[in-house]
Order: sequence, then C-alpha cells, then structure tokens
Amino acid sequence: MSEKVRIAQLSCGPEYSGVQKEIYDAAAMVDAEVFFPDIMLDDVREGFESFGLDVRSPDLKLAIGRAKALVEGKIDADAVFIATCFRCAEAAIVRNELRRYIHENSSLPVVSYSFTERTTSGTLLTRMEALTTIARRRALLAREEQEGITLGIDSGSSTTKAVVMKENEIVGTGWLPTTEVLKSAEGAVDLALAEAGVTMNDIQAIGTTGYGRYLIGKHFNAQLVQEELTVNSKGAVYLAGRQHGPATVIDIGGMDNKAISVLDGIPGTFTMGGICAGASGRFLEMTAKRLGIDITELGPLAMKGMGEKVPMNSYCIVFGTQSLVNALAEGSSREDVAAAACHSVAEQVFEQQLQEVDIKEPVIMVGGTSLIQGLVYAMGQLLQTEVVVPHHSQYIGAVGSALLASGFVKGE
Amino acid sequence: MVKVFIYPATSLILSDMVARFGHEPLGSAIGIRERIQTPGFESPPLQITPEEPKKGLKWAAVEVPSGVRGRMAVYGPLIEAAEAAIIVRNPDFAFGCMGCARTNELVLFHLRNRGFPVLELDYPTSDDEGAAFVAAIREFLEGLPKEASQ
Repeated sequence: MSEKVRIAQLSCGPEYSGVQKEIYDAAAMVDAEVFFPDIMLDDVREGFESFGLDVRSPDLKLAIGRAKALVEGKIDADAVFIATCFRCAEAAIVRNELRRYIHENSSLPVVSYSFTERTTSGTLLTRMEALTTIARRRALLAREEQEGITLGIDSGSSTTKAVVMKENEIVGTGWLPTTEVLKSAEGAVDLALAEAGVTMNDIQAIGTTGYGRYLIGKHFNAQLVQEELTVNSKGAVYLAGRQHGPATVIDIGGMDNKAISVLDGIPGTFTMGGICAGASGRFLEMTAKRLGIDITELGPLAMKGMGEKVPMNSYCIVFGTQSLVNALAEGSSREDVAAAACHSVAEQVFEQQLQEVDIKEPVIMVGGTSLIQGLVYAMGQLLQTEVVVPHHSQYIGAVGSALLASGFVKGE
Repeated sequence: MVKVFIYPATSLILSDMVARFGHEPLGSAIGIRERIQTPGFESPPLQITPEEPKKGLKWAAVEVPSGVRGRMAVYGPLIEAAEAAIIVRNPDFAFGCMGCARTNELVLFHLRNRGFPVLELDYPTSDDEGAAFVAAIREFLEGLPKEASQ
C-alpha cells in the first residue's frame, strides 16, 4: 500500500455538526489521513493578527493560525481540506480567504466545503479522491500527450461516453444515455471501438471516470479509475491546447457542477456542487422537453431570445419549471424562455460556485452542456470573457481518462 | 449549593472556583462527558452525532448553521438546569475558549434572560485587576444560596 496522503484539516464546526467521522471515513476510503495541524496558542495569536482578518470565532482564528503554519512550512502536509458550517457568513469569508491564501502562497492542493449535519462520507469522497490524486500522482498528471491505443470511459449521471485514442488523436467516440450503468458503458464502448476500427484486444490501457467509475472500472479491468475533477481538468486543457499556465474549467453536469482552477494542467482549487438540480444540465433537459425540442436545439433557440424578458429563478428545479410554464402561458416566446433558462443556470453556477475559485483566463467550458450555445453565451456574459469550448468537449471525461491511462501503456 | 453555569464553559479555573465555594459548576466537561460513544474513556472526543444539531433546533432555528445547533444541544440543557451564571467577557484563549462566536452570542443571550443571578466581568489584564476579579467572583458565589432552590 502506498504511503498515506496527509490532509491538513482547517475547520470550524464539523465535530459539533456530527460530521467529523464522515470526513475521516472519506479520507480513509482513498488511503489518506486527515490531521489537525498542531500549533501553539502563541502561533494562533500571532498568525491571526498578522493575517489581518478580524473574525470573532476562536475556531476560525485557530484555522487561520494553522493555515499560516502550513504556508510557512512549519507543518508537513500533502493537501489541505477547509470545512466550515453551511450558512455561516463569518466562516464563509474565512474559508474563501484561506483557500486563496494557501493557493497563492504554497503548492498545496486545497479544497473547501461547507457542510450541514447531513453531509456524508459519500459526498466528500470525490473531493478527497481529487485531493489525494493531485498529491500522489503529480507525475501522472504531468502527461501532455497520449501514447499507444487507449480507451477512456466516462460513466456520468445522465450519459455514458467512451473515447478511443491512438497516438495523440481521438479515433473513436461513443455516447449513450446512462440507463443500466454497465449496459450503457458496454454500448458506448462498442460504438467507440467500431468507429476507431479496433477491437478490445488492441486496447493497451483503460481509464474510467464519472459516478459509475468503480463499477465499470472493475468490469473492464481498467488500469486507471479516477474521479472526474482531475480527469476533466486534464482533458480540458489538453483539448483546448492550454496545458501550460493558468486556466479555469467549468463543467455543468447532469447532477452536479464543477468549477476548477487549474495551473499547468493540475487542479489547484475546485468546487463541486449544485445544491439543487435547478443549476444543472437536468434543468435544461426539462426546459427542452417542455419546449418540445431536442436538447441539441435548445442552444441555438436561446441565442435568438432575450432572457431578460422572462423572470426565472430556478434555484429549485420544480419552481424553475413552474416559471417556465407561467412564462409560456403569458405569451413569452420559446426563444426568450430558452434564453432565460440558460441564463438562470449560468447565473446560479456563477453565484454559488465560481465565487469560490479564482477565475483565470482562459475559461474552458466542457461536458455535454458546453454544446448548448446559449448557456456558453450566458456564462461569457456573466464572466465578461470569451469562453473557450474545445472540440470533443462533451467527451471530456473520456478523453482525460484515455490520455491519463496511456501512462500505464508502458507501465508508468 | 446551586448550579452555576460558567462562561467560557471550558474554563477549568472558573469551574474550580465554583466548586471551591461549595457550588456545582456547569460547563463543557459536564455536557461532553455525558456523550461517551468512543472506544475508551481517553479516546479523542467524537461524541457528537448528526442527531445533536437536530436536538439543537430547540434553541436555534433550522437556518442557523449546524455547528451552532450542535453546540446548543450540549449547552442548552445546562443553561436550562443552571440557577446562576458567571460570565467572563473577552477571556484569553488559555483561560477557556469556546470556538463559535455565534454560539457564544446565543449562550450569553439565554443566560442573561433566564432571570437568575448573573455575574458579568471582564477578563483581568493586570495583577490588580486579577485580585479584584477573584474577589468579585468569591463575593458573588458566597452570596448564592447554600441550598438549591428546587
């Protein structure tokens, strides 16, 4: 077994929320250990005062003191996990400022999370897995070219994608809605193999990602089973040709959204969430269905509309759909409604998630929703920047997996 | 002897003073030790489960962060059982410290509104203030009834 990745925890409230055990359990699942940096009371006083953020909660002062000790190299750690109570404004300020401070002043990967008493180890698993991957597999993540013939499979909540790559080219793709996880994966793989003109025997390495990664990883005997945060970041900068320097990757998925701040292809900070489906691709699917069009037609339709004409607040998918129905009943055009739906999803991701990562250009949108032109446009308007959508962006997880799996072709 | 809630609830010095003057101190040690779910007595404390923030709903609404409600599940019953309180304002970390400012505000609010005797004083910053601090606490504790009201 490899050496455990040591994750320093900076937090306020998880033990009194009854979720500290969940944090420990999530770390244990990815062979990591969470620890509290050991510092003196004087370090707390000094660290807190020199940081300059005059918070009142002593546990937040302690978190600041610990962050200073980590950045100054007084404490050895491989990664940092920042956790505070959901809905605490004071803690949210500290969480954001500490994440930024650690990101800018050290090479430690850091993830922040706001929990409730309902947070489970399962919710935290992907984040912990990404943290440990960045700490443990920097060499693998440094890969910039695909070699040999590899297969990448992304078993997502809505769709399953497969990609065959050969000598740094995408030679086959397959896409199916996720129904039965294994059956959908097999179908997508068959499509990709057929398009590439190869058989399973020709495949030298396989990588899997997405919600079903463990199940399909076992089924296909994959060499690489990897969460989507690192895989998507890698795939995004690879396809966009921006493997060096900073970038921001946004993936609005069927079930949750990811916003990742990347440097040289390696995620630095990221958020993963979507408290409500109103901020996900699922809402756009429902919108398309209600408008009686295919999801692929939603983007072009939205580009013809004016979202501002339709009041829509889809913080909840149910109320969002209700606004949509009301707007249509009141005579709004389908174009305006489509544009409003795209703007609503983009705005929620902007407000809830993009505030927690440092937006650095280029902003790369990936995943199936990046093909919805209206959504990309709305996001660009909110961020006041041109959003890059690379080719094959809908296959991002599968491409990232195939790329990283090629590290196993020669047994790296 | 009356039950005296101490603030900060983790202060061993305050707890000791209350006990020395013949009363029962109510603080973190009491609340925490009732929740033993760890393998052994000296195991690190992980005694709070997700049930505590739900119990905390008695003192704080659902929109209040879970950490506040979890803490109130520990301190709320002690405040209800208390018959007097000593509040030390702006204490040094080493004197005793409670982690969450919002919980502290709520705890102090409840203590001030229970209608029982409360001594509020600032944490001393010099020897003279220290002597006056101890004298004030002694006087307050000596003035409390020797027999519990209930």
